[in-house]
Amino acid sequence: MKKHLNTLFVTMEGAYLRKDGAAVEIRHDGESKLRVPLHNLEGIACFGWDIGASASLIAACAEAGVAISFHNPHGKFMAATRGYTSGNVLLRREQYRRADHEPAAVAIAANMLAAKLSNSRQVMMRAARDHGDKSATRAFALSQAADFLAVRIGLLGRATSLDSLRGIEGDAAAAYFAAFPHLLVNHDPAIAITGRSRRPPLDPVNALLSFLYSLLMHDCRSALESCGLDPQCGFLHRDRPGRPSLALDLMEEFRSFLADRVALTLFNRRQLTATDFRTEESGAVLLKDDSRKAVLVAWQERKQDEITHPFLDETVTVGMLPQLQARLLARHLRGDLDAYPAFLSK
Amino acid sequence: MYILVTYDVATVTPAGKSRLRRTAKACLDYGQRVQNSVFECKVDPAQLVAFKARLLAIIDPQTDSLRFYHLGSNWQHRVEHYGADPGYDVEGPLVV
Repeated sequence: MKKHLNTLFVTMEGAYLRKDGAAVEIRHDGESKLRVPLHNLEGIACFGWDIGASASLIAACAEAGVAISFHNPHGKFMAATRGYTSGNVLLRREQYRRADHEPAAVAIAANMLAAKLSNSRQVMMRAARDHGDKSATRAFALSQAADFLAVRIGLLGRATSLDSLRGIEGDAAAAYFAAFPHLLVNHDPAIAITGRSRRPPLDPVNALLSFLYSLLMHDCRSALESCGLDPQCGFLHRDRPGRPSLALDLMEEFRSFLADRVALTLFNRRQLTATDFRTEESGAVLLKDDSRKAVLVAWQERKQDEITHPFLDETVTVGMLPQLQARLLARHLRGDLDAYPAFLSK
Repeated sequence: MYILVTYDVATVTPAGKSRLRRTAKACLDYGQRVQNSVFECKVDPAQLVAFKARLLAIIDPQTDSLRFYHLGSNWQHRVEHYGADPGYDVEGPLVV
């Protein structure tokens, strides 16, 4: 069984990553900053415009199954390196066949979306339980949104086309983000969120969400690649050159459970405040360089949490979830499982 | 699991110097150098077997010594550090 290993984050501009024996060494200004054996890592995520990696390191990482991805300083995914296409070609062919066959794609995508909506609903109900007694408006808004999501989950089961799935998902996402401000108990007006905005994010909460989603994408993409699936060919998300559609599909199950909850915790505990963000002239709100470190630490700590997997009934770390779900998806495509058991949080 | 590896390699001959270099390189592949000839390594059982075999093939048992200390999985409670260069926690968040 694969273990959940550590991810190395490089945020230092001008850093150069090179292979040193069986380890990765991070150098900056001719000085060695850190040296970590590759077998202790499952991924390397770089955040910066000026971070380089040697070809021999990239080759060693491809060999050892360590994913390397490059993001801009604000977390936007730019590129990832990979070795020769590996894995099982029969599995990938089956993936393409199902993606082209609408009823099969709908069956998988509906399960993923049902899990997404259910997990979002859990986040709302948990907030209503924990903080609902402080304000009747909040309790009402949260339970309304939770009920709305419950109805949408029922509709997903009856949808027969991908477009109707996308419609239901759009409605549900709008309701979720409309109620999202009520999940924040920190009443600082500077971090108020009015709805989801991206490209660019227009408030601190959206800036943080975008950053966390790109971390999640790194994990989902490498999970799919490591079990031989093609991260570019999705069921729900349409194919587009360069877009990791299947990674985006897989992410749906984890957005609220992993990323949104980390964001809410950071703001509600005031570990992040408006001073950790800066506003550009264009109106884009971005996470400051120093604050990014606190977010990465919180993210890694969240991944260390242990839960019982609802389908496998085993104790696993949260960080293993993308790997496990990717494997369950592969098992479904191979025909070992009748349906894809998407991740449902309790 | 976490293991601590320490060694003493006799370097009176050129062959000894070469053994010392190769021992250090093998240790660097598996863990972090916490002091000159002291390494902390996070390895799984299979990696430990390979690591041990590699080291045992390098050293000369007549003149050199090699020690493995098994710190287990609760190693955090078993290691205290004072002074310069505390090293990093290979299981903790790694952000540079």
